Amino acid sequence: MIQIRGLYKYYGPSRAIGPLDVEVQAGQVVGLLGENGAGKTTTLRILACDLLPSAGQVAVDGFDVVDHPDEVRARVGYLPDKPPLYPEMTVREFLVFAARLKRVSKQDAPRRVAEVAEQTGIGARLDQVIGTLSHGFQQRVGIAQAIVHRPKFVVLDEPISGLDPRQIVEMRHLIRGLAGDHTVLISSHILSEISQTCDRLLVIRDGVIVADDSEAAIVNRTLGGMRLSLLVGGLDISALRALLEELDGLELGELGKEGAGVRAQVRTASDQRARIARKVVEAGAELLELGRSEHELESVFMRLAEGSAYAEKRPDGRDGGAR
Amino acid sequence: MAALGNVALIAGRELKAYRRSPLGAIVVSGMLLMSGILFYIFGLSADRLLSAEVLRQFFYNASGPLMIACPLLSMRLVAEERQTGTLTLLNTSPVTDAQIVLGKFLSALCVITLATLLTAYMPALIFVNGKVSVGHILVGYLGLLLLGSAAMSIGLFASTLARSQVVAVVITALILGPLVTLWLLAKVTDPPLNTFLGALSLHHENFKPFMDGVLRLDAVAYYLAVTVFFLLAATKVLEARRWR
Repeated sequence: MIQIRGLYKYYGPSRAIGPLDVEVQAGQVVGLLGENGAGKTTTLRILACDLLPSAGQVAVDGFDVVDHPDEVRARVGYLPDKPPLYPEMTVREFLVFAARLKRVSKQDAPRRVAEVAEQTGIGARLDQVIGTLSHGFQQRVGIAQAIVHRPKFVVLDEPISGLDPRQIVEMRHLIRGLAGDHTVLISSHILSEISQTCDRLLVIRDGVIVADDSEAAIVNRTLGGMRLSLLVGGLDISALRALLEELDGLELGELGKEGAGVRAQVRTASDQRARIARKVVEAGAELLELGRSEHELESVFMRLAEGSAYAEKRPDGRDGGAR
Repeated sequence: MAALGNVALIAGRELKAYRRSPLGAIVVSGMLLMSGILFYIFGLSADRLLSAEVLRQFFYNASGPLMIACPLLSMRLVAEERQTGTLTLLNTSPVTDAQIVLGKFLSALCVITLATLLTAYMPALIFVNGKVSVGHILVGYLGLLLLGSAAMSIGLFASTLARSQVVAVVITALILGPLVTLWLLAKVTDPPLNTFLGALSLHHENFKPFMDGVLRLDAVAYYLAVTVFFLLAATKVLEARRWR
């Protein structure tokens, strides 16, 4: 378990983070989300023992980062925003070096390297010089070095940044694949990039956690419901409007022609996707698309980044996550 | 044991990096070339000299290229890692800053030792027409290695301070230069200051005994002290950077 209590980090007189209080339970995939300069990298660097905190406590599996840094380092695998790779080494040489640095025995290192190479999809590149690899493969090698010593916790700083769409999908699969064996903490400044990967999101602004919940809960609380977008064929704008108005609890947004169908934006207090789908199909129309609005996540992130009130009281009376 | 293993691991990687980059080969070649030219001009082409004097001249001439080579070999040790971001790998692995510094230092020391030993053909040439004591040769080489060790530790310290390799070389020069030329200051000052400045001089007072084939423990202790001091300083700089 990762425990962060009253953490502060100052760079000279300026406060980078704090006060920060977070607990991450074993087995979770947690996303740390915030704008550039919000304090994500500083938080992760402290967790990885690359930086020391100015005040507060950070413990990994009960070991404090200041008092027992080597114990923490042995339990944490860290991928910084720029993978720490020696370009002149081959992937195999580098991973064996990283494994040995992280207390993997000389006998076990080659076997462990073969395992992580398989896991991260770089098995065919093991004898290639790192400097000649594409950005996507370098990122994979970076992840491989982070997990080569079987750490309990894997900390990834913007692992998806700079990847092309195909690499992003592959990277998401890779990160989800880590979830079984490791507790994963990923940072990003783009909500849509990590929302599909994480069980829990921590939103950080000016060094303080302003939201801490699942993506759905954060979206619902921030926007006061869900924003859905549907594309329907076989109906014109007025017919679709009439159809949707028959459903309770739906707030209709914009409707307009899009290709062969009509696109409608609706807002709901709770997840009404099943009801909407049934209604459209029963009306004999073609449901071409139904999902969360593309702009929903951006809108949530903008609101949180700007500091609009997420910290409303939860329905259960608890604080909304702002600390 | 684990600590020694970490030091050996880091030193091994650095040695491979020297072998793969052109820098190591260029610096070592340059050092050998300069030493060879100086030996030819001042040792072989000079007026008739006693064999011991030729050997003495050789050690004196070899110390210059050695002190130039050290900052060029050490400049990349930490500055390059910081520049490329690979220092993070070392910082976030269960190795101490002292192990990082020692591993890097030993790798650079290996390279400069190899380069120094490659000059051995020059003293060997003296045996063609003359005779010198093997002890003189061994003590002279010990002096060169101790001087190289001190200069390398200064270079490594400078490399921990700088993000750019060029800046690291400049910082090394700014430390090495005054330390080497302290004996000049000693010449123009009165006792007891001149004795103090002379004893602190990196080259003249402390290197002369080795050139003459005299093994003086105070000179050995001086070079070891300089080496340990700057290695400790480098370790403290790395530690301090985590508190930034």
